[in-house]
Amino acid sequence: MAVRRLAPAEVQPASFAFSAENLAWAQATIAKYPAGKQASAVIPLLWRAQEQHDGWVSEAAIRYLADMLGMQYIRVLEVATFYTMFQLAPVGKKAHVQVCGTTPCMLRGSDDLIKVCKSRIAPHAHELSADGNFSWEEVECLGACVNAPMVQIWSDCYEDLTPDTLNGVLDIFERGDKPSPGPQNGRHLSVPEGGAVTLTDPGLYDGSYRVNIVTDGSVTPKPAGE
Amino acid sequence: MLQDKDRIFTNIYGLQDKSLKGAMSRGLWDGTKAILDMGRDWIIDQMKASGLRGRGGAGFPTGLKWSFMPKKSDGRPHYLVVNADESEPGTCKDREILRNDPHHLVEGCLIASFAMGANAAYIYVRGEFIREREALQRAIDEAYEARLIGKDNIHGYPFDLYVHHGAGAYICGEETALLESLEGKKGQPRLKPPFPANVGLYGCPTTVNNVESIAVAPTILRRGGAWFAALGKPNNTGTKLFCVSGHVNKPATFEEEMGVSFREMIDKHCGGIRGGWDNLLAVIPGGSSVPLVPAAQIADASMDFDTLRGLGSGLGTAAVIVMDKSTDIVRAIARLSYFYKHESCGQCTPCREGTGWMWRVMERMVHGDATKKEIDTLFQVTKQIEGHTICALGDAAAWPIQGLIRHFRHEIEARIDARHGARPLVAAE
Repeated sequence: MAVRRLAPAEVQPASFAFSAENLAWAQATIAKYPAGKQASAVIPLLWRAQEQHDGWVSEAAIRYLADMLGMQYIRVLEVATFYTMFQLAPVGKKAHVQVCGTTPCMLRGSDDLIKVCKSRIAPHAHELSADGNFSWEEVECLGACVNAPMVQIWSDCYEDLTPDTLNGVLDIFERGDKPSPGPQNGRHLSVPEGGAVTLTDPGLYDGSYRVNIVTDGSVTPKPAGE
Repeated sequence: MLQDKDRIFTNIYGLQDKSLKGAMSRGLWDGTKAILDMGRDWIIDQMKASGLRGRGGAGFPTGLKWSFMPKKSDGRPHYLVVNADESEPGTCKDREILRNDPHHLVEGCLIASFAMGANAAYIYVRGEFIREREALQRAIDEAYEARLIGKDNIHGYPFDLYVHHGAGAYICGEETALLESLEGKKGQPRLKPPFPANVGLYGCPTTVNNVESIAVAPTILRRGGAWFAALGKPNNTGTKLFCVSGHVNKPATFEEEMGVSFREMIDKHCGGIRGGWDNLLAVIPGGSSVPLVPAAQIADASMDFDTLRGLGSGLGTAAVIVMDKSTDIVRAIARLSYFYKHESCGQCTPCREGTGWMWRVMERMVHGDATKKEIDTLFQVTKQIEGHTICALGDAAAWPIQGLIRHFRHEIEARIDARHGARPLVAAE
């Protein structure tokens, strides 16, 4: 487990409140859970609070959400510190780079991506770059292993990276633009490089192989345990 | 090898229309009402007959799991919870279902919920899958709009489907930790019994299934359990999404028949091993939690639950991590030890303390900064963690190290020799 603490008092904002739009969204989210089980919404709401507040969760946000959900402050603090996607201190304004460093990515060169982050952004993870625009961290498997190595920045993944293409992606963020997400080597999603070797039979898409044993009358209900 | 006509996921690469209309043109939602009309028992019998084993890693028979739910409600609602907290290193198959072919899952949720008497289901998507949960939500919205699901839908079975998400905790892939997380708490696994089928989400009967297990159900029911059972091998039936990462020429995700030969699979789908078959060192065949298998044993092995268990490993989630001879195998496993140290929830002492201890020792082993006796101590400690924790994370942290020691002890010893051989020279200077 990781020991995680809130940011020091001097960087904590005095208060937090959802924007009108986010408040409406929060109420709709709470309604997805049965009456009295509104605590279920704590993770989605903390996430929305993080998005609204420059990519990190403040102590004020924790108190605000605890009050909203009728939870003890300590319970929301526990959730915010337990789940590692909640950033507890300020992150880069233009990009917080999450480099996957777990074995499948390591095998395909994530060490080199981390070197890029160290030299270009800051020597240590969770440290802001000099201009405050970038930060980085090494994260555990992000579930895009066939597109390794990869990074996640905000909501999108940039995959099949090399140090050069990672630098290219970061250049675009530096300019304030958004690079096109997904594989950066011309590949389509998780299709093998060079094109799909399966799902090429046109019969799949013209209905030739459609079967439904229930509606074509080939089965009738049978008692259990035949 | 599997032919296209027997593939369940026909849009896994997102090259076809992802909308509901597109999915329906590929046969989804075809005759769903008629399937429900066959009744709960028929559906569960077909699932049992298909031989489908859970696709989340443990391989528990899905039909049997469904049958554990109480036949009649005692007043408490029933829930289906779908585990889309795909976090096992190496695994990225559910991601493709969620973002490219989500209607399989939406239809599967309705059918599975009907079979278990649940009128509501939650899909718990890992927090990092932001675009994936957006794609899934779009599919659900389309299904609501077409009145395929909802309180008053054309199937005559009131059913609500919700997307929930986590925030980066691997442990929430464990079913009871997932339920805790879904209730708004830290994801720390619960003691079992009681099992979720009796006391699950909000204290109500609940079944937790993997995305792939639920998503294949509609096609199995349309084609019949016997069709699925005829694919693959006895006790290891059907098709499976494989995701092959690491040192192959073309890493990819694809659907194959269970029991496919490792060699044929890699040659056909992944363009072979990087540097040729002679360059293969070892393979982790089922996600990071299963022990590695050396090249000679895996090359012609059949990729199924029972064969891989026989090799001292497992099929797990069919996340195949391939390592060629350029790999620093000790470091590769040490990195996994760090992963488990990072992801331990901290509840049970053997795991909380043990994962950190094992990682620190493994880091020394990487540099040979250890004594040979410590290899035995490390092995013994893995045995003390394994089986002594509430959930299987302790086991999962122990097995990769056990696999390494079992098959690559000579490599660890060589490093210790090299390091200790070097020391006197340094001291003599």
